[in-house]
Amino acid sequence: MANEGVNHGRRRFLTATTAVVGAAGALAAAVPFIKTWLPSAKARSAGAPVTQDISKIETGQMVITEWRGQPVWIIRRSPDQIKQLPSLNSRLRDPDSKNEDQQPKYAQNGYRSIKEEWLVMIGVCTHLGCSPKFHGEIKPEPFDAEWKGGFFCPCHKSRFDMAGRVFDGVPAPTNLKVPDYHFVDDHTLVIGVKPEGAA
Amino acid sequence: MLSTRINTAVAGLQDWFNYRAKAFGPMYRKHMSEYWAPKNFNIWYYFGSLALVVLVNQILTGIFLTMHFKPSAAEFAPGISQAFASVELTIMRDVEWGWLVRYMHSTGASAFFIVVYLHMFRGLLYGSAQKPRELVWLLGMLIYLVLMAEAFMGYVLPWGQMSFWGAKVIISLFGAIPMIGDSLVEWIMGDYLPADATLNRFFALHVIALPLVLLLLVVLHLAALHEVGSNNPDGVDIKKHKDASGKPLDGIGFHPYYTVKDLFGVGFFLTICAFVLFFEPTVSGWFLEHDNFVAANKLVTPEHIKPVWYYTPYYAMLRVVPDKLLGVLTMFGAIAVLFFVPWLDRSPVKSYRYRGWLSKVLLGLFALSFLWLGKIGAGPGTDPVETIIGRVLTFIYFAFFITMPLWSKADATKPVPERVTMHD
Repeated sequence: MANEGVNHGRRRFLTATTAVVGAAGALAAAVPFIKTWLPSAKARSAGAPVTQDISKIETGQMVITEWRGQPVWIIRRSPDQIKQLPSLNSRLRDPDSKNEDQQPKYAQNGYRSIKEEWLVMIGVCTHLGCSPKFHGEIKPEPFDAEWKGGFFCPCHKSRFDMAGRVFDGVPAPTNLKVPDYHFVDDHTLVIGVKPEGAA
Repeated sequence: MLSTRINTAVAGLQDWFNYRAKAFGPMYRKHMSEYWAPKNFNIWYYFGSLALVVLVNQILTGIFLTMHFKPSAAEFAPGISQAFASVELTIMRDVEWGWLVRYMHSTGASAFFIVVYLHMFRGLLYGSAQKPRELVWLLGMLIYLVLMAEAFMGYVLPWGQMSFWGAKVIISLFGAIPMIGDSLVEWIMGDYLPADATLNRFFALHVIALPLVLLLLVVLHLAALHEVGSNNPDGVDIKKHKDASGKPLDGIGFHPYYTVKDLFGVGFFLTICAFVLFFEPTVSGWFLEHDNFVAANKLVTPEHIKPVWYYTPYYAMLRVVPDKLLGVLTMFGAIAVLFFVPWLDRSPVKSYRYRGWLSKVLLGLFALSFLWLGKIGAGPGTDPVETIIGRVLTFIYFAFFITMPLWSKADATKPVPERVTMHD
């Protein structure tokens, strides 16, 4: 082939289009590799719902069960603890649970649960994923002289009330998360499935 | 008679090799015997070669550790994973000399950061990042970044309490990113919390992917350095004064002069390391945290989660900022700002020796704030006064870099000598 009359414009066009097609191919080939990092079928099935018998839980007691590898707290609140909740509103960051990511619609109320008495919550601090400690008694604590019961995170001092609502001025940005759950009957709770007909 | 025959044989072998690898001789001269390094290097110039020694140590001991380590979170006995058992039982107790290899690797990790931090401080002290060594600095910063990822993933492998909870805290930092945060965290972990999948992929990255990247970056770091030549404590350009053959008057061949000097440094350094290794391998919880000798338990949070000392300055910044996303941005910003040093430093001179008092005071203040933040980050973080101090120190850290173009330019300078101050 002769070398005269090289069309540089055409060469640049061909080089650019070839590069673009090659890059698109490389990108497409990367997708399977990236997707290998997603939770596997086994990990996803391990995220199946959990059933808990709650008939033996006494007032003021907390039971910890596990769902998707995370601790889920089931707490039977005393009337005293429930009565204190509205009085704390002025000290909280999101007293009315306006952040919709932190609880399902059916638990977006003053006590953040389906039934007033029963609090169901993921026991993982919304700051950096530690597990806050349960301080249920209404008595002065070293971290809060006017403590009305709730949860204290030992990692970075975040505090939450008896509805898992976060106090103002602590590192945790949001209220504790309420998982989907429903009551099958008066003494059986299922975590991971919302009540029938709930949005 | 015999010696002549040996000499002939060696010369023959050399000829044979040089004929078949013509580029080798010039390459050896360029990077070793005729790499003209300034003859006034002081103690600060040990840390580059020491970093290389530690890298070799990590690779060698790491290879032997993989021969016994099991990257699995599956149960070995109730409450104890295969990974934890393979480290704490198999390697530390059953394998002959396994404890030594493991402690060489864990001590090496901390030693790596000690020499790297001193190496970086040397760069600030003598203006090593300034033109024409910007690429050297950038590649060095990339090494530092990869090294932090490498060390983090390595710390997760024994699957102790601090491995698990440290991984949870650090990975959940990515959850602060708006919109994609939560799915990104799930993607990194391959589960809904740090699990077998996480441990396995971290093992793959720790022993294959990141070491390869690290080695490549180290080669590029050295190649970039050898293109422009080494800086020195006087910050003068030795290439301005050459003899008739083109050799800088104040330069000496890297080999044998600095190979021998560095070997002395290596001996001194290894002596200190050996002391740590044999007498205090955990350094009271600074090199290996006490909580990590307890098997990971996803339902029990340790009372006090903290990273290993080399991350604590950044961890302190994360903690003293009251907002999660802002805290994460501050923490990563503190590392990102280091990349810009070559362009932030507007001083007409390189070395602190010829800068004014302002630069010296600010550099000292910066070093102090970094160390103090490290102390705060390693503490429990419950003291409100400490939180205020931490905020002030974080401010100083950032102010040092952000205002650097102003103070480095405004500061008084002394005349820089034509040649290094030690020349004959």
